Amino acid sequence: MSATVTPVPTRRRGLVWLIDNERSLGYLLVAPVVILMLGLVAYPFCVAVGYALTDRTLADPGVFVGLDNFIDLFDNQIYLQTLRNTVIFTAGSVAMRLVFGVGLALLLNEHFRFRRLIRSAVLLPWIVPTVLGTMAWLWMFNPNFSVLNWMLVHAGLMKDGFNWLTNPDLALFCVTLVNAWRGTPFMAITVLAGLQAIPQDLYDASAIDGANKLQRFRFVTLPLVMPVLLTALVLSIIWTFSDFGIVYGLTKGGPMNATQVLATLSFQQGLAAGNIGEGAAISLTMLPVLLILIIWQLRRIRRSTVA
Amino acid sequence: MSTKLQPGEIRGNSPRMERWLFFYIPMGFALFFLVGPFYWMLITALKPDSELYDGAKSPLYVANPSLDHFRFLFEKTEFVTWTWNTMMVATLSTAIALAMGVPAGYALARLRFRGSELIGTAIFVTYLVPSSLLFIPMVEVMAQLHLDDSIWALVVVYPTFLVPFVTWLMSGYFRTIPSELEDCARIDGMTRLGAMWRIAIPLARPGILSAGIFAFTLSWNEFIYALTLVTASAERTIPVGVLVQLTRADFYFWGPLMAGALLGSVPVAIVYSFFVDQYASGLTAGAVKG
Repeated sequence: MSATVTPVPTRRRGLVWLIDNERSLGYLLVAPVVILMLGLVAYPFCVAVGYALTDRTLADPGVFVGLDNFIDLFDNQIYLQTLRNTVIFTAGSVAMRLVFGVGLALLLNEHFRFRRLIRSAVLLPWIVPTVLGTMAWLWMFNPNFSVLNWMLVHAGLMKDGFNWLTNPDLALFCVTLVNAWRGTPFMAITVLAGLQAIPQDLYDASAIDGANKLQRFRFVTLPLVMPVLLTALVLSIIWTFSDFGIVYGLTKGGPMNATQVLATLSFQQGLAAGNIGEGAAISLTMLPVLLILIIWQLRRIRRSTVA
Repeated sequence: MSTKLQPGEIRGNSPRMERWLFFYIPMGFALFFLVGPFYWMLITALKPDSELYDGAKSPLYVANPSLDHFRFLFEKTEFVTWTWNTMMVATLSTAIALAMGVPAGYALARLRFRGSELIGTAIFVTYLVPSSLLFIPMVEVMAQLHLDDSIWALVVVYPTFLVPFVTWLMSGYFRTIPSELEDCARIDGMTRLGAMWRIAIPLARPGILSAGIFAFTLSWNEFIYALTLVTASAERTIPVGVLVQLTRADFYFWGPLMAGALLGSVPVAIVYSFFVDQYASGLTAGAVKG
């Protein structure tokens, strides 16, 4: 039998080369994404930096003022209060997410009836549109018809109930609580995934070695869940630090800026009041914290994929 | 009694108490905290105003449920238009995100080319950049594109956070698919693009499905761009429409507000509850492996 050998061209050209060469195809496939990122992320970012260096308003393109916007912010009492609020809001919410989330993950990891149903139910706060969930809380904090106050009064714990969103300190607590409410399911489901990835042998081995429940948690569960936990933590910090919807939905930053955070202040100054330069500068002051978190997270990912 | 206690009987009570103390009671609190607000939303949406604003009646249940608030929502507000807008924006931006993100995810997972690592990193970084950093200049950029004040602005902008997410998720997914099948196809004469299109993408269908569903719900839920880029009432999405139109100055339409919040939440809640595990594991891929 004579085998006919079709001649294989040593170099294919044109269209076929473009879609068959590893490098050219690679560039071809990522190009649309790169163009989108340059045009609608990098470019707007540069526009924001440009705005922040001018005294631009909605009515007036403004002139270059250098770093004046940033320098002025640090003499601005409202900005300083906002910074303080943002730190309390983020730290408080992330701490609550951590405690509730890890606790809930441990609960969900048990065996119990209606497990699937309950697991879906507790995820609701994180699934539904943030602002719509926030509306339920706004109604629960209503000064006249607060169901929370109704329960407190009828349980005989209080005479009148709280002024949830009109008392400045309480209002900051409320927005923090609602943010934690929204984020807890994410923390829980992520940690749960980590818990379920732990091989049972490790628990058996530590039990044979005489470890009690607490020791098993401390020396088996915790170290193995840590990588997932840290990732969920970093994402939670980024999302809370830059959160807009919950504060806007509940208080719009009030009363008297008691719940103002960086995102709502930049919206209020930049778009509502029309001081675009100042608003852009306010939002850019989020950048240092975000960069530190992003770089830290990138390093962790790189280490874990190399290992 | 002469019957001797079995060793297990004395301890028998203690695990039960422990179960209550460490499981049922905390779980009860968790459900109350996490699900309670939705119960309150539902109850409010079904209560006629006469019951809603009567301090003498218990707020915890409905005596005479009515659909008045839903009727108000459909007849006196533009809720139907908002729903239509939200669907349009979510569907189109998801389609764009998949069309761009799936091939890019494939390239980053499978093809070696200079700069791929840098591009992967850049895409991940943009995923973490929050929209509250970019909404002010985005208003101007949309004006430059003549897309201000229309839902098309959202169709164009949402891919900026959907595409990085889809790319990241899909490059992780493609890495879990063995590449031998594609190698065989190439030996049989298929081009690389053909191997991706005919072999890898069909195999990755479950991953694409869940990426699509998450992208859809992310755009359904988006708030800050929808609030700032679109101001005409007829161009609003559900979250913004419900918040802005039903809460005016000091007057809140609580019943319709809760009805709208409920209806706006139901579609994503149904869809998400089936897929949330994959979402969480996709987000933390790499971290779980340790």
